[in-house]
Order: sequence, then C-alpha cells, then structure tokens
Amino acid sequence: MEPNNLCTVERRGRVHLITLTGAGEHRLSPALLSAIRSAVAASAGAGALVLSAEGKFFSNGFDQAWARTAPLHLHSTMDGGFRALVADLLELPMPTVAAVTGHAAAAGCALALAHDSVVMRGSRGFLFMSEVHAGIKIVDFLAELMREKVPDAVNRRDLLLRGDKMSAAEAVRRGIVDKAVDGGVEDVVNAAVAEAEKLAARGWDGEVVAEIRKAVWPKVWDKAKDYGADAPAAARPRL
Amino acid sequence: MCTLEQRGRVFVLTLTGDGEHRLGHPLIASLRSAVASVAAAAASAGPGTALVTVAEGRFFSNGLDIGWAGTSRPRLQELVDALRPLAADLLALPMPTVAAVTGHASAGGFLLALCHDYRVMRADRGVLYMSEIDIGLPLPPYFVAMFRAKITAANALRDVLLRGRKLRAAEAKEMGIVDAVCPGPAETAAEAIKLAEQLAARKWDGGVYASIRMSIFPEACKSVGIVEESDEEKRKHFASRL
Repeated sequence: MEPNNLCTVERRGRVHLITLTGAGEHRLSPALLSAIRSAVAASAGAGALVLSAEGKFFSNGFDQAWARTAPLHLHSTMDGGFRALVADLLELPMPTVAAVTGHAAAAGCALALAHDSVVMRGSRGFLFMSEVHAGIKIVDFLAELMREKVPDAVNRRDLLLRGDKMSAAEAVRRGIVDKAVDGGVEDVVNAAVAEAEKLAARGWDGEVVAEIRKAVWPKVWDKAKDYGADAPAAARPRL
Repeated sequence: MCTLEQRGRVFVLTLTGDGEHRLGHPLIASLRSAVASVAAAAASAGPGTALVTVAEGRFFSNGLDIGWAGTSRPRLQELVDALRPLAADLLALPMPTVAAVTGHASAGGFLLALCHDYRVMRADRGVLYMSEIDIGLPLPPYFVAMFRAKITAANALRDVLLRGRKLRAAEAKEMGIVDAVCPGPAETAAEAIKLAEQLAARKWDGGVYASIRMSIFPEACKSVGIVEESDEEKRKHFASRL
C-alpha cells in the first residue's frame, strides 16, 4: 500500500487495523475514499478488519467543500468512490468491525454501519444523519444502506427524518450499534480490536463470510457490486 | 366534513362532527383539498411548518364508507382507489405530519393515521384496529405496503393485520406504532400540536424533508404512486443551493 498521510494500517495479531489519521473531520473526499480502499485491499491474509479514526471525528461525511468547487459531473466520483468502498467491505473475506471513536455523520455514519459490527465510544460522539438539517437530499445508495442496516421504522424515522444525534447508549438501546465503550479513543480501538480478534478466532472460511454477508444484505450488495475492486471492468460505471 | 386552520407555524386539519368520519368520496375530496391548501400555503410560508390531523368525537376515522359501497365490489374499489391519492398527498407533504388519534381508527382510518410521521393517541378510549380480517375483506396492496413500511416488528405486523388485534394507546406505544400517549382527547390534541410546533421550529426545508421521507419508506411511497427523484435530480438540487 502506498504510504499516505490520510490513513495508516497496522497488524495487531490477526487484526488488520486501519486508522484515519489526524485531528480533522475525515471527510470522505475522493482522495480519502481511495486511501481507505487501498488500506482495505492491504488486509489480505488477516483474520478480521477494524476501521477506526483519530481525533474527535470518526467521519463527518462527504467532502461537501470539495463538491462545492468540483463540476457537477464529477460529484458522482465521490458517490462512486463510496459505493466502491462499501462493495470492497461487503465482499471482504473476513469479519469487519467499525470502531466509532468519534462523531459519525451522514456518509460517515453509513460507512460505520456498513461494517459487520459497530463498537462506539460511550462518552462522546454521535451517530448523526445530518442531511435533513443541512437541506441535502439523500442519494439512493446511501438510503439503501441505511434502510438495510436500520430496518426498524421508528429508528429510521428518528435517525434520518428527525436527524437525531444518537449517543452510543441510545444507539445500543435501539439495536443500531453493538456495543458502547467507556473511555477514550484508544479504549474504543482496543475494544474493537478485541472484538475483531474474537471473530478471527472463529476460523471462518473468508470466502464463505463474504458470500453469507452479501446474501444477508442483498439490496445494498446489488447496488454496490458493480463498483468494487472485483467488479468486471465492463460492468464498472465510468466515473 | 373537515376544517383547516393555521395556528402559527402549525396547520390543524380537523375531521368535524360526532360521526365516524367514514372515508367516502365527499370526505376524501375535502381532505385532499385541505391537504393541497396546506402544501400551497407551505410553499409561500417557507421552511418551518407542520401539519396536525385531529378529529372531533369518538372516532378518528372508522375507515372507508362501506355503507355507501354496500355489496357493490366496484363501489368499494372506487373508494380504495380514491383514498390512495390522499395517502400519496400526505406522504409527499413537504413538512412533518402528526396524527392526533383522538378516537377509534380502523381500517382506512388506521391507514390515515399511519400516513403521518408521528402519532399521539388518547389512552382512555379508542383502539387502532385493522378490521378487514374479521369482516372478510382482502387488503388493498397499498394498505399492505404502508403497514409493512411503518410496522416493522414481525409479530406486531402479524397481530395487527392477520389477527385483527385491537390496540389501545399504551400497547400501540410499546409496539412502536404510537409515539406518545395522553389521558384524553384534549390533551392528545394539545400534545400533537406541541410536537408539531417543535418539529416546525427545526425549520427543515420542506422539499428535502419530503425527499428524505421517501428515502426511508420507498416501497410505501411507490405503492401510492409517488415517483422518487433520481440521484441526478438530487445532485442538481444540491448544486443549485451552492
């Protein structure tokens, strides 16, 4: 993987840990999405993957500042890059865990939920589908991902239509995330890595993990599959 | 049949009189007209409005006017077809919507309540009830789509549609079908208006709000004939605001 200053990778036992670096918002620009995809691709041979972040934010969503300056026909590269990343995660031959170490908003929230398990910092940080407040309509792929991962009608309404800021405790109570972890960023990362290590220890066949996962989330897989690293080039949309 | 008033940022639509508020052609037409006025008024009022639908008397609505339909299948189908665009109007309404379930809401009346984003219900009397299984009527596809969208716990959906379970407010709240329970009709109406005011105060862009509502309940919206915008149209909307 090319070194970059956007994210780091390390192995902890069987766990491939990706960290979005720096104290910023980790906005999902085309560049960051590409960097994360490279980091995900570098997980080959690991038993499980964890995505975490430094600082106050897990990710504050798409890079709207970039979108403001980019021509309209290029906006789809950010959506497309996000779909590609989700495709890569959906077909990853190992369990995935999101360590929501800080605020996860909009596409950042969706990215967290695209993982098999979500461990979230208890003391600070929210899940926040901010689009209704920002006056931004939700593109179909993002909506599909949220619909499949948040099936309860009341949760969907409160998270997306009311734009609630959901603490870890609230998110666990509603069944949206798996676990709330007290302490700081490192405590959340350690808990996520421990969770990932437990999953890796099951010794599952990675290809089977990927096939079952895609079968469990068929609608979002169907909308993502032409974008991922393994998609046939002919099927891949031209971005 | 119904009245519409504006109280600050909240539009209050009242089904008037002591009767069952049966959804026949006249009431459906009145409601559609009122909802259209609300949508038009919202366009000029700008962001930060909400709708409350409330009823006088013992009934919120006892459903389609099957008395008028009698034994005529075509007439019944007419009413089913007439209600569908009203459901669409509510699902497409560019503002938050609250149903103040101040009395019995059965069949089409229960559907009407479900077409709103939030439900406040009185505890002292009145039930939510899908009577179709008991009276031997199949459910129109868009009814099913709406119930499947809004009642996502499998057992709750089964109880409501397949067992004709009659729900008092407290159990409806436990099942996630009702959001707040109030002692009686006056408190229910007041709480619904208060909730609507809080939602209106968020000053959400109405078009975006309606778009997100469609994003979270696409099958229900499609079943009543609403066509979702394409991603391209959504991106153009984003670009137009820059």
